[in-house]
Amino acid sequence: MEATAHIDFIAAAYAAAVIVVGVLVAWVTLDYRAQRRTLADLESQGFARRPSLRGDGAIGAATGTSKQPAKEQA
Amino acid sequence: MPLIDLANPSRFLKLADSTIPWLSGLTVLAFAFGIEQAMLAPEDYQQGATVKIMFLHVPSAWLGMLAWGVMTVAALGTLVWRHPLADVTAKAAAPIGAAFTLLCLITGSLWGRPEWGTYWVWDARLTSELILFLLYLAVIALWHTVDDPSRAARAAAILTLVGAIDLPIVKFSVDWWNTLHQGSSVFRIGGSTIDPSILTPLLTMAGAFTLLFVTLLVAAMRNEILRRRVRTLHLLQASAVS
Amino acid sequence: MRPLAAILVRDMRIAVRVGGGALMGVLFFLVVVALTPFAVGPDLALLKRIGPAILWLAALLASLLALDRLFASDHEDGSLDLILTGHAPLELVVAMKGLAHWLTTGLPLVIVAPLIGLFLNIDAPAEGALVLTLLVGTPALTFIGLIGAAISVTLRRGGLLLAIIVLPLTVPVLIFGVAAANAAITGPVPFGTPFTILCALTLMSVVVGPFAAAAALRQEIE
Repeated sequence: MEATAHIDFIAAAYAAAVIVVGVLVAWVTLDYRAQRRTLADLESQGFARRPSLRGDGAIGAATGTSKQPAKEQA
Repeated sequence: MPLIDLANPSRFLKLADSTIPWLSGLTVLAFAFGIEQAMLAPEDYQQGATVKIMFLHVPSAWLGMLAWGVMTVAALGTLVWRHPLADVTAKAAAPIGAAFTLLCLITGSLWGRPEWGTYWVWDARLTSELILFLLYLAVIALWHTVDDPSRAARAAAILTLVGAIDLPIVKFSVDWWNTLHQGSSVFRIGGSTIDPSILTPLLTMAGAFTLLFVTLLVAAMRNEILRRRVRTLHLLQASAVS
Repeated sequence: MRPLAAILVRDMRIAVRVGGGALMGVLFFLVVVALTPFAVGPDLALLKRIGPAILWLAALLASLLALDRLFASDHEDGSLDLILTGHAPLELVVAMKGLAHWLTTGLPLVIVAPLIGLFLNIDAPAEGALVLTLLVGTPALTFIGLIGAAISVTLRRGGLLLAIIVLPLTVPVLIFGVAAANAAITGPVPFGTPFTILCALTLMSVVVGPFAAAAALRQEIE
């Protein structure tokens, strides 16, 4: 009866939820992997984060403000 | 120099790495429990089985608003304390909030089709939800237009705060606009009071959605912190080459 | 007071001289309204019914026009830095710039609105109410727009972003502007109710707009 008449809408709603949540989860995981990979690549090329903190003039020049490096390093 | 600002994101990364598996597990459990309860819930005497859409619709509406609340608090953190973690929180929350608002709109129109006979009406609730969605898109567009992350954070923070002032006004004016044009009796959602047999699964699902939101937020914040590190290293690389 | 008056005069001069956008807004307003009958058909009864809505939408779009240059041109030629380091409170300076923008784009719209109302078959008493709502409501559009203009000041393609940011925020103004105009023409609701709320919205945006815009400018420029 009525339940069967509207079952497709219920299914569609749950499917939409699965898709939206799935896209979010995929975005978060794929993004995480991509960032980790790039980070590893850069670090293997010798661009370590910590040592460069001392002489950060280069980053300051690149971003254009003096306050930047402290936050960027975060 | 506030050393704590340097330390906090790193500490957050560690915290995120250790809590994300737990949060994910809890979310899955909560959803298993919530969906089971939702399936067992009795049918509404008026609406039949379509009331089951409510278990998705109402929690996603609530999260769409919660995300803006998180962004508002983060905006204060950005503007008042200049805390980098606040920038990260605000940026990570925006797409998640937009997604839940979209889900709310989709499930709402799928619920509306059998109940009201149309996918969309310019009803007060629907309209203010749509505007919330548009504002999320505006904030995301702003994040993607400004290249410098901390400058983007401050611009987005101001837009978020203005939006937080404007959203209640939009809500209230849209309610008003609706009553001007059509009687409020036609599109009343849910009927009278909610029975416990419906309320319990609804609250369980709301809890599950909130856990999902927290998990996604923490994970997206972790990504954002990593993205900023990548950006710094890229700048370093560029300056080393030149 | 003198620096504020100087800024008002300067901004108005910039707007009306060659290259300024003052008349552009009115022309745009005319063109948008003139296009509507082609889109919906020349049905006078229908035009009469949707006339206020068309005028309000056109006013909303027209008030966006000069906004993206409001702070951006000052930022490019360096005068914004002078303003920021000057003694006059930034909030008041921003409010003055908003006033200048309204006087050069909002007010001309209000002045030509009766003429355009004729094209849309709106009769005299309703015309008066409609013009009144525009007179009261367009400052709100300008002052909400200030926020978007300040946020997008340093962006190269700020214009589009500006529209995306500002338009959702102007929904309440649009609702009550059109509601008041319609109430005067047809509605059972008295004109006063939505009109007073429209006034309240304008007053609120006059307060919130300059503060938010000034905060945005300080954040962006420093």
